[in-house]
Amino acid sequence: MKYLDEYRDGDIAAKIVAEMRRIQTRPWVLMEVCGGQTHSIVKNGIDQLLPEGVELVHGPGCPVCVTPLEMIDKAHAIARLPDVIFCSFGDMLRVPGSDGDLFTIKSSGGDVRIVYSPLDCIKIARANPAKQIVFFAIGFETTAPANAMLAWRAFEEKITNVSLLVSHVLVPPALEAILASPENRVQGFLGPGHVCAVMGYGEYLPISARYKAPIVVTGFEPLDILEGTLMTVKQLEEGRAVVENQYSRILNQTGNLPAQQLIAKVFEVSDRKWRGIGNIPRSGYRLRAEFAAHDAEKLFDVAEIATLEPEICISGEILRGIRKPHDCPAFGTLCNPQHPLGATMVSAEGACAAYYAYGRHLKPRSADALHRIDAVPVAAATGDRA
Amino acid sequence: MAITEETPQPEPAASPLFGSCPIPIFEHKQIVLGHGSGGKLTADLIDKIFLPAFRNPILDKLDDQAVLTIGDSRIAFTTDSFVVTPIFFPGGDIGRLAVHGTVNDLAMSGAQPLYLSAAFILEEGLHVDDLRRIVESMRAAAAAAGVQFVTGDTKVVDRGKGDQIFINTTGIGVVPPGVSISADRARPGDAILLSGYLGDHGMAIMSQREGLEFEGAIESDCASLHTLVSAMLATPSVTPDFLHCLRDPTRGGAATTLNEIAKRAGVGMLLNERAIPVRESVRGACEVLGLDPLYVANEGKLLAIVRADMAAAVLARMRAHPLGQDAAIVGEVVADHPGMVLMKTEVGGTRVLDVMFGEQLPRIC
Repeated sequence: MKYLDEYRDGDIAAKIVAEMRRIQTRPWVLMEVCGGQTHSIVKNGIDQLLPEGVELVHGPGCPVCVTPLEMIDKAHAIARLPDVIFCSFGDMLRVPGSDGDLFTIKSSGGDVRIVYSPLDCIKIARANPAKQIVFFAIGFETTAPANAMLAWRAFEEKITNVSLLVSHVLVPPALEAILASPENRVQGFLGPGHVCAVMGYGEYLPISARYKAPIVVTGFEPLDILEGTLMTVKQLEEGRAVVENQYSRILNQTGNLPAQQLIAKVFEVSDRKWRGIGNIPRSGYRLRAEFAAHDAEKLFDVAEIATLEPEICISGEILRGIRKPHDCPAFGTLCNPQHPLGATMVSAEGACAAYYAYGRHLKPRSADALHRIDAVPVAAATGDRA
Repeated sequence: MAITEETPQPEPAASPLFGSCPIPIFEHKQIVLGHGSGGKLTADLIDKIFLPAFRNPILDKLDDQAVLTIGDSRIAFTTDSFVVTPIFFPGGDIGRLAVHGTVNDLAMSGAQPLYLSAAFILEEGLHVDDLRRIVESMRAAAAAAGVQFVTGDTKVVDRGKGDQIFINTTGIGVVPPGVSISADRARPGDAILLSGYLGDHGMAIMSQREGLEFEGAIESDCASLHTLVSAMLATPSVTPDFLHCLRDPTRGGAATTLNEIAKRAGVGMLLNERAIPVRESVRGACEVLGLDPLYVANEGKLLAIVRADMAAAVLARMRAHPLGQDAAIVGEVVADHPGMVLMKTEVGGTRVLDVMFGEQLPRIC
């Protein structure tokens, strides 16, 4: 397929890996930030192509995975109401709340619909004037413009029966939270291509500089990921830590300005809880006060809902790159995609689901390598060559 | 019918690991759509509800059809219900599907399909012209396949209690002497053959259902495969049983079908992604929607497990048939990793192809 096959060529892949092997002198731990990248890595078996000692750990960039249980319970409470049509992106339907998932609610009579675009809610609202249409607006900066457009149009066109249950999160604060953690093992990042297509990569410059961590904004095809990995390893080997753009065919430093303006009109930055990670200050969006009439959290009585998360599930540590799915006692046994315990098992983009679906036949890549790398503090690892 | 083995789930309440945590969903108390997806949830229903009630040696084989010995004849017998929405789609309609689906289930035993029944469940309000069009389509499909409808039934339900029209068809056919095709006959060394492009039917339905338009219209591959099977069985050979298994990868797609065979036969499989034919338009649509063509339904394709030394000859026969022009050898049966299907990816890695769990869900981004 044009524009895709070029980025899946096995011979070029082998050349990139050979170059990585040539320049690599020591083990490195990199994190791919995006769920789409994790999916591509396991679907294409890229982690097995990498040289021993170049380890990719999976980041917090799966939007379904980081939506807190509490918010999912709120969504379920709303979706159960008789006069509500609850609309959501598809993979959210299987995420378990404290009691069932959206599929269960649908089978009990709730009107739950999968939409491909948030704007489908406008059509549904016009066709069902007596119903309240609630859209579960989740995701990173990538989905924010389309979600913002729904709120904007509902507001402008005075469509009173459309509201959004917003659980939007932002990548840069999550990267900072990972880098600032004393347990952090991650030395360099494959930055989130789709997110940067909207926001540009300017906001990553200070993060890279402050934590001396290379960030290479990377695409999603196998060769994108291999090239992004090579660029990151090269920076680490050379003792550099800057932001580079592997995905220049799609994005630049500025990003999509009209999309950013729309986001700014509709949303404001707020504190957000992340599933498995906890509260991160100024790490998400909420609707601005002008849009209160379209804010599902204000329209429906869900403020009291507060939920604790299963203790066995280590999705929080997986999302921060501290542990891998194979480290979880429930992985593949108590927890599988049919019965997910934590959200990293739910979405195809979640690290656990990706491992289960595509990499289950493989033993974890040498557990002792993990400890070897652990012995080298991040600051020293990036600083000793600077 | 399909079945997969599954690790028994410990009772959540009995697990000391859980303490006071919120208990996730281990068992659905009600039927969810995923129970009809042809994936793990469907297998679960068969395993836990249907098999314990109906168990017998013929049913236990869980092939797509039962093969019954009556007198000197071996009769293939199968049934299938059709509930597709929309009822008319590019490349076919629910009536055509109801003929081909049942004919194919018979054909996958090597049988010559002979007679069909048709049962209609009509929703109050269905346009008679639509019904006429569907029935005409069934007549044409049956004539082309050389089968006759010999019995039937009609019921009408209140508006809102059905979705325009549901059709059940049952079919019987005769299995020729010497032919022995069953999922448990796959052996290490066998070649895996696919009769053509994957995913056409599922993506045709999905693009129609969601009102999505892709460059190059995608049409359902809906077709009766028994003449292709006859052509394959007629490949000259010293012994007639070189054709070990046949399956049409409908719901759950090729990946789920191959998993079922691997588990039934206790063998592993290794596919080669580069060899698997998928149309550009289908690949594109799957990329856009975040779906995997290996899990998308087909209605006119078959997967064949063939003795390795006969693979090239069978492939040549398939390619000479109109429904097998794009056939390819897509992998081999191996002794390693029994019960598991692996695939060598285009870029040179390896991935597991698992059974589909429930519905394939479009990804958020």
